[in-house]
Amino acid sequence: MKITIAVLLLSLSGRLFAGEWSGYSAVDYRYFFHQSPYEEPGQHDPAAVLAPEYYHAWDNDNQSLIIAPFFRVDSQDSERTHVDLREFSWLKVADEWELKLGISKVYWGVTESQHLVDIINQTDQVENIDGEDKLGQPMINLSFFKDWGALDLFILPYFRERTFPGVDGRLRSNPPVDTDSAVYESGAGQKHIDAAIRWSHSLGDWDLGLSHFYGTSRDPRFSADLISKDGFIPFYEIINQTGLDVQMTHDSWLWKLEVIRRDSKQDTFTASTGGFEYTFYGVFSSDTDIGVIAEYLFDDRTNGLISPFENDLMMGSRLTLNDEQSSELLLGIVQDLDSSDASWNLEASRRIGDRWKLSLEARFFKVGKPQNPLYFVRDDDYIQLELARYF
Amino acid sequence: MRNGLITLALLLIFLPLVQAETAEEKGLAIITEADNRDRGWQDSSADMLMTLRNKQGKESIREIRAINLEVVGDGDKGLTVFDKPRDVKGTAFLTYSHALDPDEQWIFLPALKRVKRISSSNKSGPFMGSEFAYEDISSFEIPKYSYLYLRDEVLDGQDCFVLETRPQYKHSGYTKSHLWIDKSEYRVQRIDFYDRKDSLLKIQRFADYQQYLNQYWRAHTMTMENQQNGKSTTLKWTNFKFRTGLTDKDFQKNDLKRQR
Repeated sequence: MKITIAVLLLSLSGRLFAGEWSGYSAVDYRYFFHQSPYEEPGQHDPAAVLAPEYYHAWDNDNQSLIIAPFFRVDSQDSERTHVDLREFSWLKVADEWELKLGISKVYWGVTESQHLVDIINQTDQVENIDGEDKLGQPMINLSFFKDWGALDLFILPYFRERTFPGVDGRLRSNPPVDTDSAVYESGAGQKHIDAAIRWSHSLGDWDLGLSHFYGTSRDPRFSADLISKDGFIPFYEIINQTGLDVQMTHDSWLWKLEVIRRDSKQDTFTASTGGFEYTFYGVFSSDTDIGVIAEYLFDDRTNGLISPFENDLMMGSRLTLNDEQSSELLLGIVQDLDSSDASWNLEASRRIGDRWKLSLEARFFKVGKPQNPLYFVRDDDYIQLELARYF
Repeated sequence: MRNGLITLALLLIFLPLVQAETAEEKGLAIITEADNRDRGWQDSSADMLMTLRNKQGKESIREIRAINLEVVGDGDKGLTVFDKPRDVKGTAFLTYSHALDPDEQWIFLPALKRVKRISSSNKSGPFMGSEFAYEDISSFEIPKYSYLYLRDEVLDGQDCFVLETRPQYKHSGYTKSHLWIDKSEYRVQRIDFYDRKDSLLKIQRFADYQQYLNQYWRAHTMTMENQQNGKSTTLKWTNFKFRTGLTDKDFQKNDLKRQR
C-alpha cells in the first residue's frame, strides 16, 4: 500500500497546483443533558472540524485525482480528536469500465434506519453513532458497465479498525474500547486482503443490488472474557457476507429492502431492514414536502448484545421546506418491539447566506434492558449545534 | 362517370384538409412545427447561473452544469451538477424523462457518496428554492399537453401565435399555460402559468436567443416572475455546445458518482 501511495504521489505531484480546492470547516457544540454514569466525561463538548478536498481532472476528464483529508479536534475526548484520509484516489474512466486506485469511499444500500449492506468502509464511530461517517478504505476498484448492469470488483488490501470514544468521551461503553489491542482471527491481521463483488442495475421502477464480501468483518465482536486493563478488546473475525438491496419507486412511494446473510466461524445469521417512504408533495398549498418513513429491522441473532435491532420498528418523518435556504428536518424513532426501549433522533439543517450552514442534531435514548447494547449510552441524551462554512 | 367517382373519392379523402382547421388542430400544428425545428441536435452541454431574488430584492445564486441527450421517440436524458451554493457542490441529478410515464430520477449525495433513486412525482415543487418548478425545466414532449390556438398577437415587436396548453401528466401545479411563439422562428417567447385555482401564478420570459448549428435556437436568459409572492428567478445560460459526442453511457447512474 505504501508503495502504491508513493507511486501515486510521485506521478501526480506535478499536477497538485492545477486543480481546485473545496470543502468545509465547522465548529460544533454537543451538550449532554445528564451527567455520565462513568465519572470522567463532562456534559459540554465543543469541537472543530476541517475537511478540505482537492480535485483535479485531466485527459478530457477521463482521469482524475481526489485528495480529501479530515481533521477533528475535540475538547474532551482525545480519541475523538483524530485525522483521517477520507479519499486519496486516482480514477481512470473508459467507455465501458472504470479503474479506481487508492483510498476511497463507497456506499451501498437503500434504507434509512440502518445500513446493513454497506460494508466496504469502516465506520468512524467517534464522529457519529448513526454509522454514516466512514473512514477512508484503501482499494483497487474495477467497474464494468454493460447492458445487464454494472459490475464492481474490489480488492481491499488494508483493514481499518473502527474508532471508539476514549475514557473521557461520551456515547461509549463501560469500560471503553481498548482500540490499541485489537485482535484478529486472521494471522495477517490488518493486512488481510479482503475482496468484494457487486452487481447493480435499474429496471423500470426497480433498482437492484447484489453483493458479496469476503474478509475481515467491519463490526468487531466484544465479550466479557476479552478485556484488558484499558477496556474491551475488539475482535475482528473473518466473514462471508452476501447482501441484497432493492428499491421500488412508484409515484410518491419508495419501497425498500436490504437483506444480509453473514457467515463466520462463530455463527451464521440473517438480518434485514425493509419498509417504505411516502412523500406528500406541496402540503397545505405550500412548497413544503412531508415524507413518512417506516422500516422494520430484523436480526435473527438471539444475543441482543451484538445488535440492538433484532425486532424493531423505525418510524420517521422528513420535512423539506424547498425554500431558498434548503431547510430540512428528519425525525426518527426506533422502537424495540420486545421491550419499551427506544431511541429518538432529530436532524435539521438550514443554509445561511451562500456559504454557511447551521445544523442541529439531537438523540435521546430510553433503554431499560441491560442486554441492549444501547444500555451503555442510556444517559447520553444530547443536542448538537454545528455551524459550517463551505469554501 | 368513372372519373366522377374518383373525383368524389379523392374529395372525401382530402376533405379534412380543405375544411377550416379547428383551434385544437392549429395549436397542435404550431407546436409540432416548433418541435420539428428543434429535432436532431443529438446532445448538448451548457452552464447555468441561477439568480434568486426575493421581494426585498435580496439575491442568492446557484451554479449548475448540465448535459443533455436527445432520445428519439421518448423523453430526453439529462444530468445536472451543482457547483454553488458550496454546501451542495457535487450534488448531481440524473433524469430519464418520458412523455406521460413518470420520469426516472436519481440524485447523488456527495457527503455520503450515496446514489438515491427519487420519486419524480414532485412536478410542482420548486427547483432549489427557485421560482422554477421541476416541471418548468423538464424536457418538452408533445404528448405532455393538450393544445389550443387562441390568437395572433404582437409581443415586443414580434408577430406571435398565442397557444393555450393544459398538462396531461399527473401532479402538475398548473391548470393551463399561455405560450407566445414567434411566427418567424417558432421560438417560445413567453409563458404565463395559471395555478390550480386558475389564477395567474408566474410569467416566464425568454430572451437573448442565439442560433446553433444553423438551426437550433437557445434562449440565454430566462426570467420567471411569480405574480403572487413577488419573487423572481433569472437563468443565464452560457457555454452551449452541441453534438459533443455524448452517448447513453454518459447518462448512467454510475456516472453520478464521479461528477465534480
